[in-house]
Amino acid sequence: MKPSTKVILNGLWKDQPIFSMVLGICSSLAVSNKVENALAMGAGVTFALIGTAVLIAALRKLIPGRVRMIAYMIIIATFVIVVDRVLKAMFPDISRAIGPYVGLIITNCILMGRAEAFYVSNGVGLSILDAVFNGLGYSYTLLLFSVIRELLGFGTILGMAVMPASFTKWVIMAMAPGAFFVVSLFIWITRTLAKMDPDKQGGGM
Amino acid sequence: MNALNLLMIFIATLLTSNIALTYLLGMCPFIALSKRLSTATGMGYAVIFVTTLTAAVNWPIYHLVLVPLKAELIYYVVFIITIAAVVQLLEMLMEKFFPALQASFGIFLPLITVNCIVLAVSLFMILRQYDFVTSVIYAFGSSAGWTLAIAIMAAINEKLALVGDVPRGMKGPGIVMVSAGIIALAFMGFSGMVVVK
Repeated sequence: MKPSTKVILNGLWKDQPIFSMVLGICSSLAVSNKVENALAMGAGVTFALIGTAVLIAALRKLIPGRVRMIAYMIIIATFVIVVDRVLKAMFPDISRAIGPYVGLIITNCILMGRAEAFYVSNGVGLSILDAVFNGLGYSYTLLLFSVIRELLGFGTILGMAVMPASFTKWVIMAMAPGAFFVVSLFIWITRTLAKMDPDKQGGGM
Repeated sequence: MNALNLLMIFIATLLTSNIALTYLLGMCPFIALSKRLSTATGMGYAVIFVTTLTAAVNWPIYHLVLVPLKAELIYYVVFIITIAAVVQLLEMLMEKFFPALQASFGIFLPLITVNCIVLAVSLFMILRQYDFVTSVIYAFGSSAGWTLAIAIMAAINEKLALVGDVPRGMKGPGIVMVSAGIIALAFMGFSGMVVVK
């Protein structure tokens, strides 16, 4: 397999951040109650990933090994500030809804994980590819959660009524327990399909 | 802020708006480190310590340095640097003065830098415009609430390990999430007890 194909497949399925590595769970649980929030978060994480990938891959020979973690953090934080500002200026409603969680992209382990596992040892081109497809892998799962949760919790998708008026809203789906149940079902299904080793888990954070 | 208000904030962060079970923060270690009760509580104590300390450091930095300099924009960068610095400092101090403590929860310290609740608490305290004392109480309550949640989770997981009849794909994170969902449901029973914005 060509390295670029491998990177794409890993991002979308084999090492897919959420169900396979169980990374970035915080944000995927918290912002998946509405489709618009999930879209904004997915785009934000993807953008931050690409920016981080470019910078770290380009600077990888210059960053001293001992302070690399803090250097990554600062690079990531810089891009997160950009995401936060853009969201505030262009989508103030979404920004109000997911505001603090945008800041927490910094501690989203997907970014740190990819930086440490991939960007530090690969060229800019391949790193961008990895960032794009990890971002997509994260975004499509987030979108899936949010469609289920918004549909059942509010009876709408992107704010438009989808369910008939007689539909009883499953309020619980829009709240914290619903998030846990949807994500756990998703993990169950995908891990069974992928025949994954049950003890496999990401870096731990 | 009077004492009653502070007590209300503490109870609210501990139970009604638990940072793990209501705001869904700090989930990665919540899932990865809740296999054994001793590990979970060890991590919990370290989190309480670091979260409270960083909130107490970040508050003056934000209000006394960044705001007068009109540099609020970069507070994300500044906060993560403080967190990393505090963790590093703690590690060195513990190694030197409290080797026993270091052995019991020192191993969790490096992991805390990327634990989102430490940063989240600092961000929330700025967002909600808490004063200094409230911020510290809020930070302590939130991290104690998180510890409570992960300890409950770990206790359940220890029992689950004895049952062992979990479907293959559900093993590990899957079953932890289902249990967490049920705990979150139970915690919703506390809502209405105290109301804090």
